[in-house]
Amino acid sequence: MTEPPPWIENRAPEGPLSLLSLEELWRYRELGFVLAARDLKVRYKQTLLGAAWVVLQPVLAAAIFTIVFGRLAGLPSDGVPYAVFVFSGLVVWSFFSGTLTTVAQSLVQNRDLVTKTYFPSLVVPLALALPGLVDLGFSLVVLGVVMAVYGVVPGAALALLPVWALACLLVVLAAGLPLAALNVKYRDVRHTLGFLVQVLLFASPVVYASSLVEGGWRYVYALNPMVAVLDGFRWSTVGGPAPGLEAIVSLAVIVVGLIVGVIVFLRADRHFADLI
Amino acid sequence: MTTVIEAQGLGKRYRLGESGYVTLRERLGDVLRPEPAPPSEREVWALRNVDMAIEQGETVGIIGRNGAGKTTFLRTVARIVRPTTGLVRIRGRVGALLEVGTGFHPELTGRENVFLNGVVLGMTRKEVARRFDEIVEFAGVERFLETPLKRYSSGMYLRLAFAVAAHVDPDVLIVDEVLAVGDAEFQRRCLGRLSELGEEGRTVLFVSHDSGAVARLCTRAVWLEHGRVRDDGPVTEVVDRYLQTTVQAVTKAEVDPSPHGVIERLSLSVHVDGEAGETIRRDQPLIFELTFASRAPVRALDAAIYLIDRHGIRVVNENLSDVKPTISESGPARYRILLTITPILAPGEYVVGVWLGSSDELFFRGELLRLPIAPLPSDHTESVHGLVRPAVEWSVEQPVGEPGAAS
Repeated sequence: MTEPPPWIENRAPEGPLSLLSLEELWRYRELGFVLAARDLKVRYKQTLLGAAWVVLQPVLAAAIFTIVFGRLAGLPSDGVPYAVFVFSGLVVWSFFSGTLTTVAQSLVQNRDLVTKTYFPSLVVPLALALPGLVDLGFSLVVLGVVMAVYGVVPGAALALLPVWALACLLVVLAAGLPLAALNVKYRDVRHTLGFLVQVLLFASPVVYASSLVEGGWRYVYALNPMVAVLDGFRWSTVGGPAPGLEAIVSLAVIVVGLIVGVIVFLRADRHFADLI
Repeated sequence: MTTVIEAQGLGKRYRLGESGYVTLRERLGDVLRPEPAPPSEREVWALRNVDMAIEQGETVGIIGRNGAGKTTFLRTVARIVRPTTGLVRIRGRVGALLEVGTGFHPELTGRENVFLNGVVLGMTRKEVARRFDEIVEFAGVERFLETPLKRYSSGMYLRLAFAVAAHVDPDVLIVDEVLAVGDAEFQRRCLGRLSELGEEGRTVLFVSHDSGAVARLCTRAVWLEHGRVRDDGPVTEVVDRYLQTTVQAVTKAEVDPSPHGVIERLSLSVHVDGEAGETIRRDQPLIFELTFASRAPVRALDAAIYLIDRHGIRVVNENLSDVKPTISESGPARYRILLTITPILAPGEYVVGVWLGSSDELFFRGELLRLPIAPLPSDHTESVHGLVRPAVEWSVEQPVGEPGAAS
């Protein structure tokens, strides 16, 4: 007679905090990959242009921004050709806004999974943040082409590119996890989110260089973590100044935001299936 | 024996108004002019103080009326919802089949969906790959593996979904009302597979409206009422007591299936010789009258009336579509359907149920009438009855050729 498997308990929540079981999360990794793959397949099956669409969007936006902000408004671009400058910003920005929207909608979009099967709910937003990386990959290829056209050559900082991509992903999760949880309870979060992302676009160095902000204000500015992400990404790809000390502020915001985000998500977690 | 599921003081409270989402705008409005209802009116205990222990290899049916807490119980066992009080614990791998095709995506092919659904139900991709051929064969969709799911008929969809679920190989299988959808053949296969799993020594927890299915499949039944355990024991006894007390109406019953469903004002009555009779003898034809209204258009609506005896055996099950075309109507309408059954029932008590649905949607299913069939005055009161008592004719001929028989 073999030893019976151990008890798995489901009991009333006791403390204010639910513990994050990394071990359990790891056990459900395969579900995460399958969900990510499903999302990716469906996205590219349903759209006529497929991958082209992912690339077309920032290209068109970059063209418009180059005319409006580069030519007409003459915004600074740290000595990089403005078209290349703004396109590199938009590559990061479309990854950020697209993935954030997907993550914020992830639980609501997968309500049948949440209400009909058991797994740590955290798997869903984590998994759905991954397909955006594939889109980012396509955009990077196009960015390479644009840079070649303008004769812009990346330096040694290119090696740090994955760091900025990861930082951006963490910003998405820090903001996206609480939004996903909030969305379960309040469905108008989605409409608000679109507006907030628009506002944030102009509070981030996408269409202008962050060198526009000077002195001690730079530390205040860097409370927006996308400042360091965008500066770092530009430095690694199209060139421009390396992120300064204020990047530490952004980094701290990311770390604190992520911890708070996970806690908020786990606290809401116990009621998802009741509410959704 | 090893206990594999154990509930202690399990309770689950829902706050009314908390289920379902609200908009942030509404909530802000609430804050500005708060009108809190008294807490007692806004709270519902879906489960209250449930204690239960289930041993390895048991097949347990959970019965009870709508809203008795059956589904909530399964969902807490499956860890999908957290209890409000107490705890439930479980040993081994759990397969929860609360819905067929969880995670299915219409744009993906049959093959892709098998893998997706299998992993969602707790298998690894390797395990799905190992059982892939079996699953496909059980579902009978070999030719459509590379076809997107959206092109599948609803029957194929159901078969594929159940096939995956039936091959998950859990130690404890939790099955909700999933069998309510699908045709009779589908249900037969599902029940067959479930009893196979039971025979393999797996623990099965099964919820159904169909007390007949529970009686056939399970060895033990738990009757939930208002979130509490009302009865627990051998399946035939519990089901019998359940049917005795729950189906109150005798010859006429009216229900409103669900407040927002397609079907409303459903009524079922039984008549003998054109009247709602008080005692019905076994030699009288039975006329069932089913009336209902639909709020929306219906397509290929089918109706069935079934009779279950005290042992949970489905003695009669008649489908409209076996004889007549199904009903399609482009707008709201009222319907009246009559079914006549020739005298065939043995004396005893029957429960009469109705099923209303189309090939891919269930509108109503429930047991509505308790129908006592009286013996004939000439029947021996203590006689043993067969399962049915059709109209028979005896004839006795005098032995031929016996001397002195005729004078």
